[in-house]
Amino acid sequence: MKETVLEVKDLVTTFKSADGPLPAVRGASFSVKKGETLCIVGESGCGKSITALSIMGLLPSNGMIADGSIYFNQRNLAEMSPKQMQKVRGNDVSMIFQEPMTALNPVFTIGFQIREPLMIHLKLSKKQAHMRGIELLRMVGIPSPVERMNQFPHELSGGMRQRVMIAIALSCNPSLLIADEPTTALDVTIQAQIIDLLNDLKEQLDMSMIMITHDMGVVAEIADRVIVMYAGEIIEEGRVEEIFENPQHPYTKGLLASVPNVDDPEFDLKPIAGSMPMLNEQISGCRFHPRCPYAFDKCMEKSPKTFHVTDKQSVRCWLQEEGVEQNGGRRASSL
Amino acid sequence: MVVDEQVLYSVKNVKKHFPVRGGLLQRVKNHVKAVDGITLDIYKGETLGVVGESGCGKSTLGRTILGLESLTEGELVFNGNNISNYSSRQLKPYKKEMQMIFQDPYASLNPKQRIGDALEEALIIHTNLTSLERRERVLQLLNEVGLKEEHYERYPHEFSGGQRQRIGIARAISINPSFIVCDEPVSALDVSVQAQVIKLLRDLQEKHGLTYLFVSHDLGVVRHLCNRVLVMYLGQMVELAPVHKLYENPTHPYTEALLSAIPRPTVGRKRERIRLRGDLPSPSNPPTGCPFHTRCPIAKEHCSTEKPAWREIDEGHFIACHER
Ligand SMILES: Nc1ncnc2c1ncn2[C@@H]1O[C@H](COP(=O)(O)OP(=O)(O)OP(=O)(O)O)[C@@H](O)[C@H]1O
Ligand SMILES: Nc1ncnc2c1ncn2[C@@H]1O[C@H](COP(=O)(O)OP(=O)(O)OP(=O)(O)O)[C@@H](O)[C@H]1O
Ligand code: SF4
Ligand SMILES: [Mg+2]
Ligand SMILES: [Mg+2]
Repeated sequence: MKETVLEVKDLVTTFKSADGPLPAVRGASFSVKKGETLCIVGESGCGKSITALSIMGLLPSNGMIADGSIYFNQRNLAEMSPKQMQKVRGNDVSMIFQEPMTALNPVFTIGFQIREPLMIHLKLSKKQAHMRGIELLRMVGIPSPVERMNQFPHELSGGMRQRVMIAIALSCNPSLLIADEPTTALDVTIQAQIIDLLNDLKEQLDMSMIMITHDMGVVAEIADRVIVMYAGEIIEEGRVEEIFENPQHPYTKGLLASVPNVDDPEFDLKPIAGSMPMLNEQISGCRFHPRCPYAFDKCMEKSPKTFHVTDKQSVRCWLQEEGVEQNGGRRASSL
Repeated sequence: MVVDEQVLYSVKNVKKHFPVRGGLLQRVKNHVKAVDGITLDIYKGETLGVVGESGCGKSTLGRTILGLESLTEGELVFNGNNISNYSSRQLKPYKKEMQMIFQDPYASLNPKQRIGDALEEALIIHTNLTSLERRERVLQLLNEVGLKEEHYERYPHEFSGGQRQRIGIARAISINPSFIVCDEPVSALDVSVQAQVIKLLRDLQEKHGLTYLFVSHDLGVVRHLCNRVLVMYLGQMVELAPVHKLYENPTHPYTEALLSAIPRPTVGRKRERIRLRGDLPSPSNPPTGCPFHTRCPIAKEHCSTEKPAWREIDEGHFIACHER
């Protein structure tokens, strides 16, 4: 079995507020193995980006890691100084951010922006960095890379800018790449090119990847394993086949039934009623219970335990408990 | 959805070109051909989908049809009346018939105005209702789109994205229009909320016999909601067909590529994707001949010089392609 690259344990990330700290991530635990792609899915505001930014040490100034550990190659990132983190970001872990249009600096050339990290972190000379930069642009499929080095971001299309971001993120050979909605702003034909590119690169470089998205189609194309987040908690985790073919959590099922299927004209769209709670909303028991069609008494009283469905699939839902009647679901043994 | 083959709106060779200015004197250097020759009949009670990549002119088409953009060329015939050259006074009764729902309803709401007052505005302009009757009507509208009476007093920032879209919908239907252009109405919403709003749009259509022009880049949503679909590329029509024909038998190579590029939420079954090379050409300098020839996997020489004719290949199924 491949070695574990990243191990996040009981991560709690909070934001300061007038009413005291508000948790955006509530005790998340997961791991990523070498060469593996983990997808984080869930609706807007569920804590996907904040989980990623916690790992990167790039939380907004009003946010902090309140509890838990983030082990990356046996070192706890949660306890590192900002200076140490900067080094980790340059050399081992890199991230593609959610807003591609703002992530490149409009006043510097592509060449400048791609040489910078190579000169700082890999200590290359300007000339070496330039050559390596061209190579990286070529690797991500940018046509005429030599000329592109002298161009400014606004001279490139959205898809090309996203490729530049990927090239920069890959420049220092990270062992872990975190991509936060890297294709959301792009057209489907361009999105397909980027997904193919990421899949190819991952294979070539044996890199681990955390991909954040709310597009279940993208997940199916790229993930080895999936975690589903709801209101700051991981509510289901499993191999990609398990999540799509045998989802257990009512929220995961609801998410899958909310995406109209392009291949099925008779697809029965079943929206989940209601919306995600705000950070400051107090909810007893299971945080999904106000929207859950199967909720029963216990759901309102106690936060669900983690139940294991298979060796890879686990779910936090009381329906999994021994003796609870569940329509169509499969019984799982309690941990 | 009852489609009775009666034409509600006839759009004839409509063009909308925007001037591009530049240089010291801000002279017109060029034109963006945002919409470049669209001819369509929109039937009563149908939902006509408009799909295509960013910048292909979907929104401009919608806005031009609603008279929100001046026509560069072409004719608009609504319910048998040629309204192409009407003054804004002459257009007023037609504007009441046509409404728009936007992608970002927040941008179109005044942050300092209570929702109830925002919804009343159109009623003041277009109806003779008394203020009591208007309040009645607004409460009824809130109820119809799944909001509550107490929302009347609230301000836009107090609503979630899905709720704001419901407000946008309430506003669009408030004066009983017959035709609504929905411009990416669910694109900014989370999937679960998106599904709720799609259901609402469908219910309202059934109840009020509405006709929709539904602009979207989400081909899943379009399949689910539309009767017919128009595929646009660089301001031009490349394919138009009843929804089942378009999805089961996409014929234009661009439509094929577009459909094959959608990531499917099913694992295991890996489909061969048609890879398009290159990026979308600039609409201010569109390719000669077929607009798609620079990226087309089956293009022949004549594709770059001769514009393919618009022809019917099957009942109600039209394409513009030399090779298919
Ligand atoms: N700087 C901040 N101050 C206070 N709360 C914040 C801040 N940034 C994020 N949050 C809150 O933290 C929660 C999680 O946010 P996060 O950005 O992780 O969501 P997400 O899952 O990435 O959503 P999206 O799909 O919209 O990107 C949200 O409720 C958000 O409002
Ligand atoms: N007011 C304007 N002035 C100049 N150019 C414009 C104007 N409005 C739109 N355009 C241009 O016309 C073209 C078509 O734009 P439009 O907004 O209709 O595209 P779209 O298909 O709706 O794209 P999207 O999917 O991104 O919304 C684009 O190239 C756009 O830049
Ligand atoms: S007309 Fe020619 S270039 Fe255009 S799509 Fe058809 S084959 Fe391709
Ligand atoms: Mg995010
Ligand atoms: Mg648009």
